[in-house]
Amino acid sequence: MIYTKDLSKSYNGTTVLNVEELSIPKGQSFGLVGNNGAGKTTYFSLLLDLIKPSTGNITNNNVVVDESEDWKPYTSSFIDESFLIGYLTPEEYFYFIGDLRGQNKADVDALTSKFEDFFNGEIIGKKKYLRDLSKGNQKKAGIVAALIGNPEVIILDEPFANLDPTTQIRLKQILKDLAEKQGVTVLVSSHDLMHVTDVCERIVVLEKGNIIKDLETNPATLKELEAHFASGTMATQEEE
Amino acid sequence: MVFFALYFVGMFLFLGAFLFKILGNLVPDQDPFTVVNNFIFYWIIGDLLMRFFLQKLPVMSVKPLLTLPIKRSTVVNYVLGKSALSFFNFLPLFAIIPFSISLLSNGYDTSMVLTWMFTMILIVLIINFINFIIEAFSAETELSFLPVIAVVGVLYGLDYFNILPMRSLVGDGLLSIANKPILILIPIAVLLLCYIYNYKILKGKLFLDSSLKSKVTEVKAADLSWTNRFGDIAPFMQLDLKLIWRNKRTKSMAMLLLIGLLYGLFFYPQPMYRDMEFMFAFIGVFSTGFFLINFGQFIPAWDSGYYKMLMSQNIKYEQYLRSKFILMIMSVAILFILGIPYVYFGWKILIAHFAAAIYNIGVNSHVILYGGSFNRKKIDLDKKAAFNYQGTGAVQWLIGIPLMVLPMALFGLTNWLVGFEAAVALLIVLGVTGIVLHKKLMTLITKKYLDSKYKMIDAFSQDN
Repeated sequence: MIYTKDLSKSYNGTTVLNVEELSIPKGQSFGLVGNNGAGKTTYFSLLLDLIKPSTGNITNNNVVVDESEDWKPYTSSFIDESFLIGYLTPEEYFYFIGDLRGQNKADVDALTSKFEDFFNGEIIGKKKYLRDLSKGNQKKAGIVAALIGNPEVIILDEPFANLDPTTQIRLKQILKDLAEKQGVTVLVSSHDLMHVTDVCERIVVLEKGNIIKDLETNPATLKELEAHFASGTMATQEEE
Repeated sequence: MVFFALYFVGMFLFLGAFLFKILGNLVPDQDPFTVVNNFIFYWIIGDLLMRFFLQKLPVMSVKPLLTLPIKRSTVVNYVLGKSALSFFNFLPLFAIIPFSISLLSNGYDTSMVLTWMFTMILIVLIINFINFIIEAFSAETELSFLPVIAVVGVLYGLDYFNILPMRSLVGDGLLSIANKPILILIPIAVLLLCYIYNYKILKGKLFLDSSLKSKVTEVKAADLSWTNRFGDIAPFMQLDLKLIWRNKRTKSMAMLLLIGLLYGLFFYPQPMYRDMEFMFAFIGVFSTGFFLINFGQFIPAWDSGYYKMLMSQNIKYEQYLRSKFILMIMSVAILFILGIPYVYFGWKILIAHFAAAIYNIGVNSHVILYGGSFNRKKIDLDKKAAFNYQGTGAVQWLIGIPLMVLPMALFGLTNWLVGFEAAVALLIVLGVTGIVLHKKLMTLITKKYLDSKYKMIDAFSQDN
């Protein structure tokens, strides 16, 4: 589904991302972990053609993302709050995204009604602008908006941050269902190793722009990841 | 909005520099200095009103300071001190200083003029702080306009019904201070009192749950289904209308439309301008294109806050731009229709305005959309509009030339060389040409936007 070849991005000679080859099959739930500045958001931005690659390219379902826009109808994303339109209510925002993705109001209502649990009564019908919602509630709205229009690829950057524990657990279930039952390719990044190992079948560790681990998730993965990141801190301590 | 700030600076400079001469001609038998002093009362009232609607205490900026080891009193002094540096306090200086100079050059006593000048500066600051006191009270009442209306109304009423001759009271007061510099201690005392009072109010409210709380407004949704007749661009039009109506910056811009509409009234009542036909074209372009210019110059920066999202969605850029285009030409049509009463000043004016409106629709709308593709500055929609330079770059200045100066020059030149009818025809022909080429031009403009996509995304995600 998503194939990355010889991709790199550098700013003023500093390489922030360098991926030789990465292939994500359809229906996989894919997790990207790494410390700050590892290149997770850069990779997602390249995948969404928001920045231009320095070399190489990403192919999304045989469409080269920086050459054609044909990947847009089946790809959706929520990267950060800048994806929200602050002066709309959540409902208006969903309808607007629905309009862009060819869904009428009834379609959107049908979809959002499935997430009543997830919203916990704090999103729909509150007569509040998105800009006035708390960070967690903004995130909920953004994530659900990314599910509008039956996308085949969903990209979520740090979806668990700012969410309360109940919502985190619900979100994990939603993401699992999407990949397992509906064959959606789900890409998430996170700092929370436990959540990622819970949700993703495959986890890739980025460090300073390079892929240094590519793991199939199994019961030992969390331990392995924790050991990896803990050794990172030991290594830096030794360096210092 | 920069135009406005500079416009006012210009007006005040002009006023300050020539007021003495003007008054000397208007009321030759009276001392211009006394006349001015008698009018200060009206200026105080007007300034209070204007500030109430446009100036807010920069209180939100201190939020990060609260948790730092800085004394509360320092924070309060900082906020109040910062407010003294507001544009509203500098603006009057542009009139006061030139006027003082013209007083000096007309042989008034130096120490008297200097005392007067400082008194005026003190008065400006007093108004500054009184305004915040009024605002503090209006924050507590349901009808937020009530305190300011009450204060201004009482002051005006006292004068109007001759209960207390406020006008001459202020005038005489100023004169006596000017003549006896020691009396300047009185306005200084008043200023100190106002400051201390503000200090007290603010110190008690500097908490996250009182004055620092961001206001949550309930949504009032309007029915925008009429936009559905525009077909595929309807979602964008609804978004644009909400954008204009629900954000401080755009909303106050929409309010300023009234000024744009009435702009002609600054000129046409004076017979002097009615003979200057090239002015018709300028005023026509300006008043029918007021929204076009003010809204258009910041396309697509209005959407800068969520530009990344738009770019990752499956949108047709052409639709996105066409929605803005249609809004702009609708505004031109509406402003032209609302401006029809200008016919009172002569048929020629209406005809020239019509030609200007066509020019706006056919030429300026495309020019400003094209110019928008050079926008690289983010706009924060929650900031108020008046005198807000955010998002303004060289583009906004350069674009003013083809937008307003060019039609005026073309019109003026043809009018002078050939005649009025030819000049009108020229603007209309140019406008119609633009309308005919609309599809082609839009393709070009859309391409330009697509070419600068990455640059815009990058620029809009930077905090200025």
